[in-house]
Amino acid sequence: MASLITCPHCGTRPKEEFAVRGDATPLRPDPAASDEAWADYVFVRANPRGRTFEHWQHVAGCRRFLVVERDTVTHEVYSVTDGAAFSRGRMA
Amino acid sequence: MSPHRLDNGGLVDRGQSLDFSFDGRRMRGLAGDTLASALLANGITLVGRSFKYHRPRGIVTAGASEPNALVTIGTGARSEPNTRATVAELHDGLTAKSQNRWPSLSFDIGAVNGLLSPMISAGFYYKTFMWPAAFWEKVYEPIIRRAAGLGKAVLERDPDTYEKSWAHCDLLVIGAGAAGLMAAVTAARAGLDVILADEGFRPGGGLLGETALIDNQAAPVFATHVVDELKSLPNVRILTRTTVFGWYDDNVFGAVERVQKHVAEPVSTRPVERVWRIAAARAILASGAEERPLVFGGNDRPGIMTARAVSTYINRYAVAPGRAVVVFTNGPQGYQTAADLVRVGVSVPAIVDSRTEAGDPAPKGVRVIAGAGIVDTSGGLRVDGVTVERAGFRETIACDAVAMSGGVSPVIHLACQRGLKPFWSEAHSAFLAPETGPHLTVAGAAAGHGALAAALADGVSKALAAMADLGRRAAPAPLPETDAREGSAAAPLWYVPGARSKAFVDFQNDVTADDLGLALREGFGHIEHAKRYTTNGMATDQGKLSNINAIGILAGMQGVSPAQVGTTTFRPFYTPVSFGALAGTARDMHASPIRRSPLHGWAEGEGARFVEAGPWYRSSHFPRAGEKGLAETVNREVLAVRAAVGICDVSTLGKIEVFGADAAEFLNRLYSNAVLKLPVGRARYGLMLREDGIVYDDGTVSRLGETHYLVTTTTALAAGVLSHMEYAAQVLWPDLDVRFVSVSDQWAQMSIAGPKARAVLAQFVEADLSDTAFPALAAGAVTLKGGLRARLFRISFSGELAYELAVPASYGEAVAEAIMQAGRAHGITAYGLEALNVLRIEKGFVTHAEIDGRSTPDDLGLGKMLSTQKPDFIGKRLSSRYGLTAADRMQMIGLLPVDRDKPVRAGAHLLREGAKPSTLNDQGWVSSACYSPVVGRHIALAFLKSGRERYGERIVVWDRMHGEEVVAEVVRPVFVDPDNLKING
Repeated sequence: MASLITCPHCGTRPKEEFAVRGDATPLRPDPAASDEAWADYVFVRANPRGRTFEHWQHVAGCRRFLVVERDTVTHEVYSVTDGAAFSRGRMA
Repeated sequence: MSPHRLDNGGLVDRGQSLDFSFDGRRMRGLAGDTLASALLANGITLVGRSFKYHRPRGIVTAGASEPNALVTIGTGARSEPNTRATVAELHDGLTAKSQNRWPSLSFDIGAVNGLLSPMISAGFYYKTFMWPAAFWEKVYEPIIRRAAGLGKAVLERDPDTYEKSWAHCDLLVIGAGAAGLMAAVTAARAGLDVILADEGFRPGGGLLGETALIDNQAAPVFATHVVDELKSLPNVRILTRTTVFGWYDDNVFGAVERVQKHVAEPVSTRPVERVWRIAAARAILASGAEERPLVFGGNDRPGIMTARAVSTYINRYAVAPGRAVVVFTNGPQGYQTAADLVRVGVSVPAIVDSRTEAGDPAPKGVRVIAGAGIVDTSGGLRVDGVTVERAGFRETIACDAVAMSGGVSPVIHLACQRGLKPFWSEAHSAFLAPETGPHLTVAGAAAGHGALAAALADGVSKALAAMADLGRRAAPAPLPETDAREGSAAAPLWYVPGARSKAFVDFQNDVTADDLGLALREGFGHIEHAKRYTTNGMATDQGKLSNINAIGILAGMQGVSPAQVGTTTFRPFYTPVSFGALAGTARDMHASPIRRSPLHGWAEGEGARFVEAGPWYRSSHFPRAGEKGLAETVNREVLAVRAAVGICDVSTLGKIEVFGADAAEFLNRLYSNAVLKLPVGRARYGLMLREDGIVYDDGTVSRLGETHYLVTTTTALAAGVLSHMEYAAQVLWPDLDVRFVSVSDQWAQMSIAGPKARAVLAQFVEADLSDTAFPALAAGAVTLKGGLRARLFRISFSGELAYELAVPASYGEAVAEAIMQAGRAHGITAYGLEALNVLRIEKGFVTHAEIDGRSTPDDLGLGKMLSTQKPDFIGKRLSSRYGLTAADRMQMIGLLPVDRDKPVRAGAHLLREGAKPSTLNDQGWVSSACYSPVVGRHIALAFLKSGRERYGERIVVWDRMHGEEVVAEVVRPVFVDPDNLKING
């Protein structure tokens, strides 16, 4: 975790203002994709040691889903970006 | 003057005498005293009984690490147990009581535990009380709890207030001793925003008990000058009485400020304690070093304390802890303390030095016994002599106090709280802080620079380094000069061999050197195992004095270096923090928010009883005079809705307004049923699934305009659905043109239900409400007579002809009252959550009792709401997986008890007739149950394996909690108006 998160819209805020949703990297598969692809998307999550991308919603602020890039070992936060931009980049 | 108070010196105010009491005995102390120094001044040495053996114990330290002198301070609701007398600031009227003794401190029956000590050595919890299991709760635990323990918590309500606050700074300096003061003043002079936090009530740390001169001034005077300069600077905040207890991510520090713990009667306008969260760009840990006790036979007798504590009591508090003090040391501190004692006229019968060659000059006339150790002490409630052994020869020396010094351990807890392990320094005979990176640096004695000159210089240089790291420059300032003498090197002495009585390592938990040996022999030699097996370091002092000695002893027993034994894990909090401080203002009614509907006042006026539903207070029922109990009231309300008309507050439902060119497409992807072609002016029931195919929530979708929708959610998931929609719009489909906002709080909403609902509403609404003009599931904006803009939905959760009327929240009560007036002629009845629940069970409508995170649309009998036409929606793909389509899934059915008088309860399980009552034979469960006044008997909704194929079957409803079995018939889950004639009427 982190004590402070710098929201790109609201500035530096205490972590209590945010709700963590989980891994930000899985992309929602096409409806016609395989059972395996859908099972992976819905149920399977890694528990990585090191750098991760997670969705944190700024629930007590702008209510945007943010992508927090952080280290699960050192808790260092490398970047915080808006979730919609991140999704567009991933889908492109 | 008190018997042990010195005539001169110290930082106490002889002009300000304070009255206090200990165990009912009135005494006097001075302003500037701690409770411990005032007790010592009055000749009180015995202050407590030990945890396990109930041995008499005295004051060991002069600071935060105190293991023994734990007392209860205050009276009544303000009594605070386990307060360290060594940090408790004396105030006029202070009342203190000793703990863990009965009937009195000097005669304690529990001391018989000492005779049982062979039975209650290390690991006794695991060995002695293994068998029989039933004895644990009834016999062993009560005995242990009575015999062992500390102060008692107060059960009265805490009358004081607490608060939390954030602070931000460029540099946080933790500790206002030599290094901390120099670091703070260096950064402050350069203009940095500095916070200086110190746990004491007077900044200065070790300088306050120092006898050396700094810049030709007494050390406390020098400290005062630096503090005065800091106070004069606008960019400095000094937090005294503030313990920084934790180092957290992003260089945020937790601290607790004892704002009013040092006054008899706190003023109510200020908190007694304040928890700070300090976000610091850089921090310097200048927490000093802790002197280690020596582990020798009988080392716990009252009157035996650390050498530095003895010096502190003499120099800072002008108190002589004894009249004849034997010094036992392995390094220079013992000689320093001996000099302090001699200077104030206290006799020093001997300095016992464990080193074969004493490296320090002893005060004139004081005998030094080198290469020796204390192996035993004597005395009842106070030490009266020591047995010294050298080269096999023993000698007894009379004394009334012992000053012991086993070297120093830097206080590095904060630097190790985030997973980094300290490292062993052979040169320091101590663990030093790990490399913590630029955000937190350790300075002064905490960094191993224990000599005064080195500590002063290190404070300056660490501040300059932190400033350089922040890109800030400082004007160089001359270093203060001191005449402090550098001592010799201490030689590690973890344990004095030849102990002839118990040698304590952990005073507070009564752990001896033998206990550690036992742990090692029994295979619990790893430091983390030994800690738990012996409980060493697990008391409220968290082993501040005992941990390093325990490591040294275990290392010695195994013939390895302490580096190989390693340390246990450091965690916040550094010292105990009260629950009150951690709770802050979040208590009583502020512990969690209370939400009241905009119609709350109206419901109160109608005599509603309220029930808590999450944060909401919802009207549960509206009893009338003469009604006997809930059932009578609810039955009346239900029958009134079925026969005439009722009004119910439904404002707590979540309401989300959706706009945008892609709003229809967006909602179509959120709901499992088709929404795309919903016409303007119409509402539709909708189901939202989770991506795994399970129903998430239900509600309604109303199309108010081409690109304008209003969706409702259940009360419980109003926030969850909003977040779910935000995730879908921002993350899943960021390119859809859709905007939405919660309007739950903006609208008061009421359901007007019953055959006469139209007649009542028609008096208010400027619109044609006939079935043709405003049919079932019509929705739209209306104008109320008088001009108020409102929204009307022909939506029914009761199965009756029903409308939901939404008006701006502030008009809610007025409109509801007007409806009551106008409806009186039609017999309008206010109904609450209880009647609402009966009405919906009678119709088989679902709530979260049925949408419980396990059910699919088909399980609920809503399989038709799972669109096969739509290309995609959340939950579509996994809805078709095998597990969710299996024929033997639990399907929702209705239950009618065969015996008409027998109720069934939600939560009961279903069994085949004749099957043994066991979860192995489980066929399903009851989700909702009630008495239906319309049907005239008890009814229930339940989930039953392949339930829809089993209408007409008899089943046993098994309620193991209440020991009941009721036979019921499986029926369609609709008990009233199965053909929906009334809803469409």
